[in-house]
Amino acid sequence: MDDKFAAVGEAMPRLLEGLRVTVELTILGAIAAFILAVILGLAAASPTKVWRIPARVIIEFFRGTSLVVQIFWFFFVLPLLGIDLHPLVAGVLALGLNYGAYAAEVVRGSIQSVPSGQWEATTALSLGPVQRMRRIIFPQAWALMIPSLSSLLIHLMKGTAIVGYITLADFTFQLDQVKRVSGTLFTYGIVGMLGYFLFALLLTLAMNLLERQAKHKLGQGTSLRRILSPAPAPTTRAGGIQ
Amino acid sequence: MMGIPAGLDWDWSTAADVLPTLLTQFLKVTLLVTALGTVIAAILGLVIAMAMRLAPRPIAAAVKWIANIIRMTPIIIQLLFAYYAFLSLDAITVGVIVFGIHYSTYMSEVYRAGIDAVPRGQWEATTALSMSMRRTWMAVIIPQALRATIPALGNYAISMFKDTPFLLVIGVVELVNAGLIYGGNTYRYIEPLTLVGIIFLLASYPTSLLIGRLEKRLAYNT
Repeated sequence: MDDKFAAVGEAMPRLLEGLRVTVELTILGAIAAFILAVILGLAAASPTKVWRIPARVIIEFFRGTSLVVQIFWFFFVLPLLGIDLHPLVAGVLALGLNYGAYAAEVVRGSIQSVPSGQWEATTALSLGPVQRMRRIIFPQAWALMIPSLSSLLIHLMKGTAIVGYITLADFTFQLDQVKRVSGTLFTYGIVGMLGYFLFALLLTLAMNLLERQAKHKLGQGTSLRRILSPAPAPTTRAGGIQ
Repeated sequence: MMGIPAGLDWDWSTAADVLPTLLTQFLKVTLLVTALGTVIAAILGLVIAMAMRLAPRPIAAAVKWIANIIRMTPIIIQLLFAYYAFLSLDAITVGVIVFGIHYSTYMSEVYRAGIDAVPRGQWEATTALSMSMRRTWMAVIIPQALRATIPALGNYAISMFKDTPFLLVIGVVELVNAGLIYGGNTYRYIEPLTLVGIIFLLASYPTSLLIGRLEKRLAYNT
């Protein structure tokens, strides 16, 4: 038992380095996916075919062709076509396009489920299309889409574990190296599962806070500042922390 | 970005050469793992959902946490762990079991929602008819809970199908790995990897359309 802890302790610097790569890929991939999801989601929710059809084709293409295929395609095929990508760029691009396509469906669905009264009100107030989306529709859709985006973020984080195969030394890659040296399963079974699980919990927590804040901005629930402040919440106030 | 170098563009004879291998591995490994994995996930998911409802509290809590940990960690880590832990099993068997268990944690949530959605009157009726626990579940609750879960089961089967390339980490020669091996031997990656993408798209897109239609039909009839 002591050997296992000793082996892991010795390997700690490289495990942490691997975890850094995993965190980096997750965050960069999530940013890429989010930007893409908003663009594609808005286009897919558009009433004009010129926007909607290309968006649908891109979404179905990247949802239909498996993340792993896309990662290897960017890594092996693009250089042959004269486009050399750094492995990190290839990884972020594949994660962004794949999960961006899934998230675009979430964005589209949320925009379309904002009550029609809200859309009609913007017409009554003669708001332009940009103002309507930015000030009225998107803030409400945003609160609706966070729970689904949160579970997609966990999927994206789990998907990063394949990047060892395109020469990136992520957490899984380093765990595998430690396993080869120490020969015990302790690294995968405990260190690996626990490392990823804690990261996933942190991501979920962050997304939950984001949801609270989005709802607060719509006038529902307490503000993030109040939740995070060490002072006890006032108990007399209606709608305080339960 | 210098444009396409000469001799590196699409070659039909290479494509024709690799296609039979890809299709064989697709049928023999990818579809097999997806089908068997889905069966395990569907059964085990129901067992987990019922355990969380019926088992004593500490056991239910333990099942819930284990399911959470499995759901929130990469399947690659789980494949590697199971592969090295059970060296006597061959890689495909490990793959089927791990995929089944991983996806059962998703399925259990679907079943849980389905069971919760059975109206209270149905439970009360089973009490009024003094049905046994076993009969209540088998004849009344599960049949009603299952109906709503069929589309979700289909969607997770498609997800599992698209996750099968992860099997390459334990050396299974499924669709993507077959393409990579061909590329490694011939230095031609364009045709095999593009064909792999097309096969995935051709298999998953029509299936997801079918499930979408099924979902609508089941929703309207309830």
